[in-house]
Amino acid sequence: MSSRLINWFKFSSPATFYPLAGRLLPWFAVTAVVLIGIGLYMSFFVAPTDYKQGEGYRIIFIHVPAAWMSMFIYLVMAFWSALGLIFNTRLSAMMAQALAPTGALFTFIALWTGAFWGKPMWGTWWVWDARLTSELILLFLYMGYIALTSAIEDTRRADRAGALLVLVGVVNIPIIYYSVEWWNTLHQGSTINFRKESSMTTTMLYTMLIMALGCWAYTIAAALSRVRSIMLERERNSTWAQQLVAEGKA
Amino acid sequence: MGVFAWIVKRDLMLALRHRADLFTALFFFIIVVSLFPLGIGPEADTLRLIAPGVVWVAALLASMLALERLFAVDHADGTLEQMLLAPQPVALLVLGKIVAHWLVTGLPLVVVGPVLGLQYDLSADALGVLLISLLLGTPALSLIGAIGAALTLGLRGGGVLVSLLVLPLYIPVLIFGAGAVEAHIAGLGSDSHLYLLGAIGMVALLLAPLATAAALRVSVE
Repeated sequence: MSSRLINWFKFSSPATFYPLAGRLLPWFAVTAVVLIGIGLYMSFFVAPTDYKQGEGYRIIFIHVPAAWMSMFIYLVMAFWSALGLIFNTRLSAMMAQALAPTGALFTFIALWTGAFWGKPMWGTWWVWDARLTSELILLFLYMGYIALTSAIEDTRRADRAGALLVLVGVVNIPIIYYSVEWWNTLHQGSTINFRKESSMTTTMLYTMLIMALGCWAYTIAAALSRVRSIMLERERNSTWAQQLVAEGKA
Repeated sequence: MGVFAWIVKRDLMLALRHRADLFTALFFFIIVVSLFPLGIGPEADTLRLIAPGVVWVAALLASMLALERLFAVDHADGTLEQMLLAPQPVALLVLGKIVAHWLVTGLPLVVVGPVLGLQYDLSADALGVLLISLLLGTPALSLIGAIGAALTLGLRGGGVLVSLLVLPLYIPVLIFGAGAVEAHIAGLGSDSHLYLLGAIGMVALLLAPLATAAALRVSVE
């Protein structure tokens, strides 16, 4: 048992994870560029024109993957936060902090592209639909996390306070989602129903999946690159970091 | 339970000796609610429509403003550190502080809320629902807010930061609190909203003291 544990925890030390992240980073970056390149080509030139929404629907290929990522990244942050609080590993909190800006970025992209999609389709930039509203609240949660961790100078406190906040947020997300949904049905504000999506052709589906995988690869690459900077900054007084800088490998 | 009663009593006594503090959150609440008719116009029909939302948003802001004092004084004079070292469970001590804090800052909002509703021309039974929704909802606000107060303890610009952390988490309470009154006015019956508000309060009562205790340990160590 103990030998397996050591295997798992080997890369939880910044000194061993830094080179690993450096080796993995280019692969994910290249994968992201290739997949997003293929995905964008397919979404503009290969995917057929929608019989109802015309060409405007093509924004779905970035909108939906961004919305998926925005929610998924928060869950991954919660996973790392829980791990960090339980095992007291420094790297977990660094991963959570490295993911947060990308999560906020995707949330923003999802909202922004949603507005651009909504204008030609429904004639309005914004409706107080349950999904839109909960996505907006998700953006607030990301902002709260980033604000809290950057306001605390002591890194150990910032890590653990941020981790607690993410976990509190994760418990709240379902409650927020359902409360917003019920609030929406009570008000009956929007007549647009997002549930009834027209069935997609397989080309559209594949395009969207390729874009989603591209966004995954981008997220991993961005997080790895950011976590490398965080590691170097925090461990600047350690021998391994100084050695790397001296050898020009950092 | 002895220590719980003791800490409630202690915090209430401290609050009563600083009476000016008692009124700031309450008057903030009253002023905010009174500003809306000035901005929107005095038509009774409009006011009736926005009353539940306005009163509830103002209650959210007022209870958030009061959060800063929840742990700050005890943190400054070292009492908080002693509490964390005490053999009694920290969550229980925290709960005692939250209860005292609610009695001092939340209960006045509950009492004054319906009076402000009168200014908005709400009917008597709608005022009753407003009273019940505030009674059920404001404890949840104090409980959830305590987590934010504990996380931002002693930070620069903690007051603004706490609003960023806590307000998104307040949204369900706002929705069901204001929703209860709106549903009653619309003739749909407020029971379901009030039950859900009570359920949120129960979950907060269960989890918030634990999370707050953990946050205090992070902030004080």
